[in-house]
Amino acid sequence: MRAGGPLARGAAGAGLALGLPAALLALWWVASAGSTNIFLPPLRVIVEAFGRVWLSGTFADDVVPSLWRLGASYGAALVVGVVAGYAIGRWPVARALTSPLLAYFRVLPAPVMIPVLLVAVGIGDATKLIVIGLGALWPILLNTADGVRAVDEVQLETAAAFRLPVWTRHRLTLRAATPQIFAGARQALGISIIVMVVSEMLMSTDGLGFTVTQFQRSFAIPEMWSGVLLIGALGFALAKLFELVERRALRWHRGHTGREEPS
Amino acid sequence: MSRYRHGLGLAGLLGAAVAYELVVRALFSPLHVPPLTAIAPEAVRLLGEARFWTATGRTLLAAVVGLAIALAAGVVLGFAIGSVPGLLRVTSSTLDFLRPVPSIVLIPVLILVLDVKEITVLLVAVSCFWIVLFQVLYGVREVDQVAVDTARSFRLGRLARIVHVTWPTVLPYLGTALRLIVSVALALALTGGLVMGTAGLGEMIWSSQESGEVTGMYALVLLTGGIGVAVDLLARLAERRLLHWHVATRREVAA
Repeated sequence: MRAGGPLARGAAGAGLALGLPAALLALWWVASAGSTNIFLPPLRVIVEAFGRVWLSGTFADDVVPSLWRLGASYGAALVVGVVAGYAIGRWPVARALTSPLLAYFRVLPAPVMIPVLLVAVGIGDATKLIVIGLGALWPILLNTADGVRAVDEVQLETAAAFRLPVWTRHRLTLRAATPQIFAGARQALGISIIVMVVSEMLMSTDGLGFTVTQFQRSFAIPEMWSGVLLIGALGFALAKLFELVERRALRWHRGHTGREEPS
Repeated sequence: MSRYRHGLGLAGLLGAAVAYELVVRALFSPLHVPPLTAIAPEAVRLLGEARFWTATGRTLLAAVVGLAIALAAGVVLGFAIGSVPGLLRVTSSTLDFLRPVPSIVLIPVLILVLDVKEITVLLVAVSCFWIVLFQVLYGVREVDQVAVDTARSFRLGRLARIVHVTWPTVLPYLGTALRLIVSVALALALTGGLVMGTAGLGEMIWSSQESGEVTGMYALVLLTGGIGVAVDLLARLAERRLLHWHVATRREVAA
């Protein structure tokens, strides 16, 4: 037991968590304040550019399409990945039939599909949607299959012995696999953000990746930096959001296995 | 049983190839999606060409150099952060913030100051570094306190404890990291070629797309997947060699 109430401990924790980031930002601010290097503008100028660029019409024109594509593709990959992964994990014949094929597509890097889809589908939104979805699909699918496969036999037999309806049994199996499904979904989130930005860098007329590349090509350096910061912050925010959802959804699992939250 | 399974796998591959062939011939123009019967001979022809192997060599070199940097930096920093008490608490929020930042945001920043080859290596290194670092940190956290105390009572010094106690505990986590980072490294080495035109497979794929050699591009993508499979296999072999003494590997062999 440490001295001090929960409030003091919370403050200490916040101090520990915020101390280093604050110090680093302050260091960047001070060190770059007098910078005359055009590639490394002062942080103050970048922050000004941030407000000018992203808090105006650009947000609706570029950030919203990016997020829309990301959300739609990621959502579709989740549905397809969980359904197909469930089938593959549940039925050994399906697993045997697909395993060499899956082994191939798992290691084929998603960005390589961009030129392929560019030729096959064209330069529209569909190509970007498909390529983001493909990047996200494999980790979700494979983790779901592994998770479903690893469900405790005894639990399944108990459910069968109690003559639970088939649908309930499927639901229970899926629920038992959720920790692994979430692990795949987290991996997929990071990949889909990367593929989103790359696809917009290569072929787009809007979106975050496109705009940042435009700024860089027209030597609008502070604006470019502000875009880079925005993409970084977006990656961070989505990861945190995911963590929140995961913690809620897997509360039963943590209790079940007795695992405490990491401090 | 195993032969039966392999047979089914082969059937699955063949089925997918036939399905692709039929769908493509029925629905697509060969100018957009060539059939497999055109892609496969092209792929075989590419395998005999020097420029394919030069490009592959360049891409793999960028991936390997980036990997080596990531491994070295990740292991050193991971051990440093993990073995100094308190340091993890101070740095964890910063690490958590930086990790999800997609490494490709570096491209526009660095392209103004470095050449594309260096940026590609750096992209690989940064992406793999986070995976290595966090695996090492997990590993260091799992070190058995009893083993540490035992080593201490045998009067093992700090360095000897790291070599004989911490390192063997972390090694399985590094094995996992190795398996994860090889495909990440390959993906980013290729992305560098696609986005910035760094000489290598990615650039070759992109330029054949731009010059309209559609069949050649499909063949290159097909071969890229093959390289991915080979690299993945190598990583698994390396992991098994590295961990031949480990319980999980020994059980696998016995079974």
